[in-house]
Amino acid sequence: MTKIDIIQDVYEKLGFSKKDSARIVESVFEIMKECLGRGEKIKISGFGNFVVKEKKSRRGRNPQTGKEIEISARRVLTFKSSQVLRKALNG
Amino acid sequence: MTKRELAAKAQAEFPGYRADDIAFAVYRVFDAMKEALMRGERIEIRDFGVFQVKTRRARRARNPKTAALLDLPERRTPFFKVGKDLKERLAGRGNV
Repeated sequence: MTKIDIIQDVYEKLGFSKKDSARIVESVFEIMKECLGRGEKIKISGFGNFVVKEKKSRRGRNPQTGKEIEISARRVLTFKSSQVLRKALNG
Repeated sequence: MTKRELAAKAQAEFPGYRADDIAFAVYRVFDAMKEALMRGERIEIRDFGVFQVKTRRARRARNPKTAALLDLPERRTPFFKVGKDLKERLAGRGNV
């Protein structure tokens, strides 16, 4: 599934035009990216939570060369799936 | 931000439309993705990331509270891999 399939789904099920469906679906992901960019978490009930975590800088190794390098402090995005979704996948 | 707040933001971006219709479309996005995962499909959202279902094999584990052994059956778990653009945007300008 790609964004095109989601747009098609919204178009078929909700009666928006193709163009409007595309604009709405695009805006959903844009809003989410902006939110995450601010470091804010997103909780989608029934689906899962997207959480931005702060990582301190640390020393690591290039696994190919074995050379020690400094890994800079960064923010990473984690996804924790909802229990509802996990149940749906297993039931 | 919750799903409802996400819908509210989308509604603000589409002022000429019925608020309910926009909210339903926003909710539909996640329902469609959920249904795809239930079919075992991979979901690729450009510039955002990839959702995938992985199968965890059955194993024996312990309840950490009671230490009782229990058998975990094989089960499917959703996974998310952040897209490169979003990953870099969040990380800031660093190395790697």
